[in-house]
Amino acid sequence: MKLTRRETIFAGFGAAVATMLPLPAVAAVDDAVAAFTGGAEVGTDGITLNTPEIAENGNTVPIEVSAPGAVSIMILAAGNPNPDVATFNFGPLAASQTASTRIRLAGTQDVIAIAKMADGSFVRTANEVKVTIGGCGG
Amino acid sequence: MAEGVKPRVKVPKTASAGEAITIKTLISHQMESGQRKDGDGNVIPRSIINRFVVDFNGENVLDVTLEPAISTNPYFEFEAAVPESGEFTFTWYDDDGSVYTDTQSIAVN
Repeated sequence: MKLTRRETIFAGFGAAVATMLPLPAVAAVDDAVAAFTGGAEVGTDGITLNTPEIAENGNTVPIEVSAPGAVSIMILAAGNPNPDVATFNFGPLAASQTASTRIRLAGTQDVIAIAKMADGSFVRTANEVKVTIGGCGG
Repeated sequence: MAEGVKPRVKVPKTASAGEAITIKTLISHQMESGQRKDGDGNVIPRSIINRFVVDFNGENVLDVTLEPAISTNPYFEFEAAVPESGEFTFTWYDDDGSVYTDTQSIAVN
């Protein structure tokens, strides 16, 4: 097949769009944050997120999040194909607003935790995790 | 129903009233993310546990919404305070509609 000048320009345009694909993932994080906080002001104090600095295997990265006085905590992974990770809702019998789990990370990226406090305010923290082998797909 | 799903829960046998006790739970589950492809390039459909709930004597302790970014064999560790002797109920909800439950009793002295 011989490419005309017009087709070549369109092919170049398609390649440019393909390289811009990571942008919607960032927008997805903002959307998830907005859906959780309802656009409210987000503080930074009173939430702790423990993550390893370097994770050798992105398939199972241990994390621990703690926010005393929170009613729910949302975890996001900014660099995953789908940034949602988990949302913890603490009931009246939870002794502390602390939880640990293991998550998948597609590559080196920021892990974000946002807590909703009992008084309706929000706090946020983020840690970067370096991932040696990604944990999404093959 | 996904195969080989087996919940494992660790709760102390006894506690004093109001004491913070640590509970560890693990359930063996594939947690297929819906991002992977098989040898022929077809996407393997998503099949995960999407919700995990812990109750004590009918009162809620923890309610977690899980997304595909939770690792295979979802593991959770958290703390609960028990006012009296009773029973913890752990419930996992699968994408395919299956519900897995486990119960553990604890004595408060």
